[in-house]
Amino acid sequence: MSEKIPHIEAHRDDDAQKLGMWLFIFTELLLFGGLFLVYSVFRAKYPANFHEGSLELSVTIGAINTIVLLISSMTVAMALTAIQKNNQKLAMIFISITLFMAAAFLFNKVFEWGAKFEHGLYPGSKLMPLLDRGHLLYFSLYFFMTGLHALHIIVGMVLLIICLIRVKSGKIHFQKYTQLENGALYWHLVDLIWIFLFPLMYLIT
Amino acid sequence: MANNTSHTTEYRVLARVLLVLMFLTLLTISVTSYNLAAFGVTVALLIAGTKGFLVLTYFMHLKYESLLLRILVALIFVLYAVIILITFIDYAYR
Repeated sequence: MSEKIPHIEAHRDDDAQKLGMWLFIFTELLLFGGLFLVYSVFRAKYPANFHEGSLELSVTIGAINTIVLLISSMTVAMALTAIQKNNQKLAMIFISITLFMAAAFLFNKVFEWGAKFEHGLYPGSKLMPLLDRGHLLYFSLYFFMTGLHALHIIVGMVLLIICLIRVKSGKIHFQKYTQLENGALYWHLVDLIWIFLFPLMYLIT
Repeated sequence: MANNTSHTTEYRVLARVLLVLMFLTLLTISVTSYNLAAFGVTVALLIAGTKGFLVLTYFMHLKYESLLLRILVALIFVLYAVIILITFIDYAYR
């Protein structure tokens, strides 16, 4: 690390910025936590229906998406390492790989949801109210939780695109990278939630 | 001013964490493919918990953050555990 030049830095407090991001992450964790709570209560109530419901999902697509998100989480962490080492170009490559992975995840999700839609299985469809109560709850939770998660993927992509532009223009550099750090934290949160969503939605025994 | 004193995590450390995470993903799929009923959920949650811990510790740099932040994160999970516990006590004795 080269030496810092404190006298030309504008007033800022990186630790406070990061703490603010973490406080926001706490609210996100509790948001999904609430949904996981609803899920566990109904899963405990209708274990057989939840198991049958999960058989409708493709474990392969779920597993591919898990791996895709894990890789993207590593590359965004590497982008931060690159910027800390003052390697702007490598940081941009890593952020781009992360964005590509995010797009791949969404592509799989569209494909997966599309297959359900074709079978008339989507919120508000004619088929949904005819299902057993347990099945209805499982698929409602499936669409709501993975849908909310996909929304977070889109928001994370927007944040990372902003980071990419700012790294390119030199606004984020090796002495000022808290924005990228916070963008990365958000992306890791998205990964963290999926780590729990995947076994709970796809792998019900 | 406390500016950018963050720890730099080396690429190879991050790569190793990814390998462990991928191994745990394959493990959770193979374990739950056997129908182990309640045991399956426990194992799946334990593995997911381990993966979450690794992401928080290495990818989210909590290992190198201030004690205050680490305590705050731990408290959130304690809070969530209490919420789950209270909800299930409520359901069990209703």
